[in-house]
Amino acid sequence: MPIITYRQALNDTLGEELARDPNVLLMGEEIGVFQGSYRITEGLLQEFGPKRVVDTPIAEEGFVGVAIGAAMLGLRPVVEIMTINFILVAIDQVVNHASKIHYMFGGQVRVPLVIRTPSGGTGQLAATHSQSFENWFAYCPGLKVVAPATPYDAKGLLRAAVRDDDPVIFIESLALYDTKGDVPDDDDYVVPIGVAEVKRRGEDVTVVAYSRMTAVALQVAQRLENEGISVEVVDLRSLRPLDRPTIIESVKKTGRAVVIAEDWYSYGVTAEIAATIQEQAFDYLDAPVLRVAGLEVPLPYAKELSAVSKPNANSLIYAIHQVLAGSSRGALWAK
Amino acid sequence: MVKVKEAAPSGLEHENVEDLKHYYYQMLLIRRFEERTSEMYVKAKIGGYCHLNLGEEATIVGLMAALKPEDYIFTNYREHGYIIARGVPPGPVMAELFGKETGVARGRGGSMHLFSREHNFMGGYAIVGGQVPLAVGAAYALRYQGKPGVVVAQMGDGTTNIGAFYESLNLAKLWRCPVLFFIVNNGYGMGTSVEMGSSEPDLWKKGASFRIHGERIDGTDVLAVRDAVRRLRERAESEGEPAILDVVSFRFRGHSVIDADRYRDPEAVRAGREHHDPVRNFAALLHDHEIVDDAWLKVTAERVEREVQEAIDFANASPDPRFEDLYENMYATPVPNTPGREDALQAVRINRGEW
Ligand SMILES: Cc1ncc(C[n+]2csc(CCOP(=O)(O)OP(=O)(O)O)c2C)c(N)n1
Ligand SMILES: [Mg+2]
Repeated sequence: MPIITYRQALNDTLGEELARDPNVLLMGEEIGVFQGSYRITEGLLQEFGPKRVVDTPIAEEGFVGVAIGAAMLGLRPVVEIMTINFILVAIDQVVNHASKIHYMFGGQVRVPLVIRTPSGGTGQLAATHSQSFENWFAYCPGLKVVAPATPYDAKGLLRAAVRDDDPVIFIESLALYDTKGDVPDDDDYVVPIGVAEVKRRGEDVTVVAYSRMTAVALQVAQRLENEGISVEVVDLRSLRPLDRPTIIESVKKTGRAVVIAEDWYSYGVTAEIAATIQEQAFDYLDAPVLRVAGLEVPLPYAKELSAVSKPNANSLIYAIHQVLAGSSRGALWAK
Repeated sequence: MVKVKEAAPSGLEHENVEDLKHYYYQMLLIRRFEERTSEMYVKAKIGGYCHLNLGEEATIVGLMAALKPEDYIFTNYREHGYIIARGVPPGPVMAELFGKETGVARGRGGSMHLFSREHNFMGGYAIVGGQVPLAVGAAYALRYQGKPGVVVAQMGDGTTNIGAFYESLNLAKLWRCPVLFFIVNNGYGMGTSVEMGSSEPDLWKKGASFRIHGERIDGTDVLAVRDAVRRLRERAESEGEPAILDVVSFRFRGHSVIDADRYRDPEAVRAGREHHDPVRNFAALLHDHEIVDDAWLKVTAERVEREVQEAIDFANASPDPRFEDLYENMYATPVPNTPGREDALQAVRINRGEW
């Protein structure tokens, strides 16, 4: 199987979907002439022309709304929002309209729309450019939210998203774009939306993660193996719908769980997962469920302050040790 | 670059010579500050996104020359030069870019989020359009409190395509807010040209349906910018009349330090740098009018070189923010059940694997 980057997986898939269905079109800032702010759409304007690859002005609320309206008439827009921070100016269209139209109008019209956007932060991007808001969208019934961690899943989930008849928020990560993995090139596989995957089997503790934190969890699992700790990694892949059975099945086996996500601790994704585990697997738990998440600050710019504000391998290892010791002192970074 | 109506050549006879020399000094200071900033970025002293004012020096200095101490300024993220021309020493600005405690935002903001309360420099804002309603709000407060002064909402050409801009125009006019919409028209928002992004590429006309007066001026001419701002500033202050200034300038480099600028014709970029270099052109103007001589230009260049080096040295020597201060300034009014110093240190130990 060819080994390609996450970026390449996305780029290939967008090209294939454009070629497969004439109603698919790409829309977003700097995706064409500029070749994409993070080069995800590189070469596609040249290949498919400006009708299919549409450069927009800086007008997120406008063009996201346009994409929703176009989807109502059968187009299948795939919108790029440069980073998730900028979707906030368009959130009304997504939350008040895209998520509700199919249900609220009695199922008469569909909104086959994908919004792709990188979430999270790396490299001192500072407070306004480092945020994680996937939980805001995962909160909304009517939206589907996916967050692949590997090139394989990126491809399979993007295919699923483009072919899905509902609005899908497709969460990427700047730090994943250059990561590599196996992706078959002769197989039109689809990764189903709403289905998690156990990315690594283990016995002692379950780590639940998604997107970049899945990569961190897999590294940690590898490292801890040398210490004789066997970590099972559940990669959510979708935040809505949430694959609760896969999480619960894993926790019932290991009896211990740590949940890690890059967003802020309070009211973040980890809270939902932890609540689910204690509701559905309480009798199987040998220790409290611990959470590892971002420190609750507008991310400071200064290099070291910035670095310590995001969860990483160290904080995950700490929490795993705590949970193995049966301690509830994992939530020290909250208060 | 968009063609600007040829103005009568500036007669320098009514000008204060010391002012002219000061404008030149400030423009050169911004030029060298930005060139050295780019160097520091490559050396990884600076991180994140970093946008330079190279080519826009006359726009900045002309604006600041017309403003009064009681005026307020809100800008976008391409703002290093603005805060310097407003009077903040280069040292704390460079220190902010280095993420140091001595920086203008104590290392918390970085290149895109500079601030100086003392100078009424109310911030660089990195979400496109975000600063525009805020500036109108500041103008609203001035009017409400019966205070003198105006507010400048600086933004780029690309920013005139976002909804917040239009809502702001309407509110500013409706509520007679003393605000100037100062559009730095460098022809591009990232790789999107004005013509690609705006159905009305004459940006000064964008206030028409709000009955807001607009003008286009040559942003490479420091005196033209100053004079236009002075005039419109007066009207804004005395009559509560907002105005749009479409200030045509030229971006010397890519959108940010890391942008390879592949979408612009290299020949046009070269020609732009050649013909629209505001710093060099102003030096030539002053020299031709015998306001300065070679010796003065040399001394000024050396002074600027030294000051920028001192700024870098200051930034280098400055301390990083302390970990225990991570949660400082979270809330202005103290409130229970929020993390403090001990929590910060504990989190840092865990995060750095020091348990
Ligand atoms: C709401 C929002 N959308 C997109 C971006 C990404 N972005 C940053 S700067 C920029 C271009 C802005 O162009 P312009 O207003 O002309 O200012 P210039 O950079 O030329 O000074 C874009 C699209 C952003 N920061 N905020
Ligand atoms: Mg611009």
